[in-house]
Amino acid sequence: MSARFLTLHNGSAVPFHEVPRLELTAFLQQMIDAVDRGWRVSSYFGIPTEAGATLCCALSSTSDGSIALATADAAGSFPSIARFCPQVQLFEREIAEQCGLPAEDHPWFKPVRFHRAFVPGRDAWGRAAGEPIPVGVMDYYRVEGDEVHEVAVGPVHAGIIEPGHFRFQCHGEEVFHLEISLGYQYRGIEQGLMGGPDPRTPFRMETIAGDTTIGHMQAYCMALEALAGTRVPARAEALRGIALELERLANHTGDLGAIAGDVGYLPTASFCGRIRGDFLNMSAVLCGSRFGRGLVRPGGVLFDLGPAERDDLLARLDAAQSDLQGAVEILWDAPSVMSRLENTGTVPADTARELGLVGPAARACGLNRDVRRDHPYGIYRMAQIPVVTAHHGDVCARSTVRWLEAGKSLDFIREQLKQLPGGGCRNEAGSLQPDRIAVALTEGWRGEVCHVAITGADGRFLRYKVTDPSFHNWPGLAMALRGEQISDFPLCNKSFNLSYCGFDL
Amino acid sequence: MLREIIARLKQGHRTMAYPKEPVSLPQRFRGYPEFPATVERSDARACAEACPHGAITCDNGMALDTGRCLFCPECAAGGLVSFTTDHRLAATKREHLIVRPGGEHHLARPLEPSLRSLLGRSLKFREVSAGGCNACEADTNVLSTIGWDLGRFGIQFVASPRHADGLWVTGPVTENMREALLMTWEAIPAPKIVVACGACAIGGGPFADSPETHNGVADILPVDLFIPGCPPHPATILDGLLRLIGRIEGT
Ligand code: SF4
Repeated sequence: MSARFLTLHNGSAVPFHEVPRLELTAFLQQMIDAVDRGWRVSSYFGIPTEAGATLCCALSSTSDGSIALATADAAGSFPSIARFCPQVQLFEREIAEQCGLPAEDHPWFKPVRFHRAFVPGRDAWGRAAGEPIPVGVMDYYRVEGDEVHEVAVGPVHAGIIEPGHFRFQCHGEEVFHLEISLGYQYRGIEQGLMGGPDPRTPFRMETIAGDTTIGHMQAYCMALEALAGTRVPARAEALRGIALELERLANHTGDLGAIAGDVGYLPTASFCGRIRGDFLNMSAVLCGSRFGRGLVRPGGVLFDLGPAERDDLLARLDAAQSDLQGAVEILWDAPSVMSRLENTGTVPADTARELGLVGPAARACGLNRDVRRDHPYGIYRMAQIPVVTAHHGDVCARSTVRWLEAGKSLDFIREQLKQLPGGGCRNEAGSLQPDRIAVALTEGWRGEVCHVAITGADGRFLRYKVTDPSFHNWPGLAMALRGEQISDFPLCNKSFNLSYCGFDL
Repeated sequence: MLREIIARLKQGHRTMAYPKEPVSLPQRFRGYPEFPATVERSDARACAEACPHGAITCDNGMALDTGRCLFCPECAAGGLVSFTTDHRLAATKREHLIVRPGGEHHLARPLEPSLRSLLGRSLKFREVSAGGCNACEADTNVLSTIGWDLGRFGIQFVASPRHADGLWVTGPVTENMREALLMTWEAIPAPKIVVACGACAIGGGPFADSPETHNGVADILPVDLFIPGCPPHPATILDGLLRLIGRIEGT
């Protein structure tokens, strides 16, 4: 990384004024150059100012575990670099929408979540203050031609799932292009965090994406612990790791079942639906909640694990592992299933790299990235977890990666339970130091979760930026559909299983 | 095929016996709250102030609103309130969610006889997630898996509102989902019922009073069943539903 960005490690904080404030064009040029050299954009956001916004960018590198930060001031508008660096296209639209600042020359300049800017009276699209902002109303791509037709789905879908709008441009069954328009779940989380934290903040963090409660809460705690200089007991780190891997197991298991269900292979679908519940129940053994609510808090965890619970967990783990093996292995042996999974919904590795995909979706394309290894934090600094990759980038590869990862998580949890460090499980969380910036990355089950917290002179949040892995990966799903049969959408969708509320915030 | 049959035999029959037999819940599960009948005013006030969600009041003796409560462990740590493992939290009236020590533990009541006879042995819902974090959705979905097998009670979640007898709402109702929610409600043929599943749908949950969301569905539509929890345990949901259709009565 060029000397002009400041580098730091995952889960650490520096004085905010030490982050270089570059001239805007130099800042953008350096971002483009760094991405060309293999850095990823983990977060890119604006802090509203009187004249416009202070843009802040966090880049991450898989090679040496560094995170690079820089800022630049923009007034009135800011230039888009999405044409050179597609990873930032959604980030730029988000900055525009939140700060009320147009992104000049953005190739797809449309709203992201359909809400008013954080700064009253400003609007990137020049909409008047009283004018309603109807969600989902924007210029969609159209492929023109006599034989081209458009299919519009949502916001309300057939099953019990979150709302979103999907537009397909089709020729017969074949999809030319899919455009995804979200924002229906917008709860105003980031705006609500300005001036925080307050006693309700942890609860909102746990519900950014309900199936990633631990992933987001761990990131939040890391950010706060860095800002306050709080040390976390080793036992708490191990318990957090166990909870995070249980979360991964529950979701991977559920999705493997859902994928099987979508190709009509009911044995795996019904077995996995139940086994997923077994993993959720293990989280409930830890803390009473199947989703890990109330377990992780700044300074450590709120529940210790006694010997009885530990033995209970080990026994449940063994039972679930053998059930899971029986349920999933028959899937790979069924030729009719494999023929549906292979070569369906392929994302080429180059596309995945360009879009900055994360998590299993990236690893399925051969991109060897995982926060647990690349930017180790918490227990993963002491105990490594092998990273699984595949090469074809199709539904089959995404399913295989999830299956193999589940196995690694099972081994990891068992190891941790057998050698839990002694000592307490929570330290007093200190108060936040003023004028600092902290960056926290965790590997949620969908991939990289990034939280950036900046405190003002009063030690309260000047800005708190959350990036759910889904923010990086929704465009990947759109690309997976190109040239596919529209009837394969549910299958492709399940293999990603992205979060709507995590994206919408 | 042989492998499938062997796998099936190994997995066995797993549908639980509930409601015939009690459901097994983890020891740390936080269900129906408990606190002493006589509480010093100052202690009650401290407890009320400590709740980040405004679930505790102390004007007329201490009371806890399970519709606002997120069942957080910190509260129990405060010493006054403790949570039992009683999963029966659902109620048919909003005011029945207010718990007072020594007061009645209100359980969900059956639908009116006329509506019940109209529905017969089937009850179908159209679910709408309106700002839900996907935890309420997930634990609603779980009821359709083999372990819980909701279908055996004649209850089902359906794709089209036209086929539904009721609307199942999760989430605080974001402003951006309000219209779609109302359109779905209108598409359901009358008579129809509304279920508010989870703290968000009941009163906004962690997002109560935030400018981009409403405070649940109760302000927008008449609610027939309130299911507390963040998210509610599947057993809590099922208890509410089975009481609503008269399959469980009494305590
Ligand atoms: S009540 Fe809790 S679990 Fe349910 S949607 Fe709201 S935040 Fe999520």
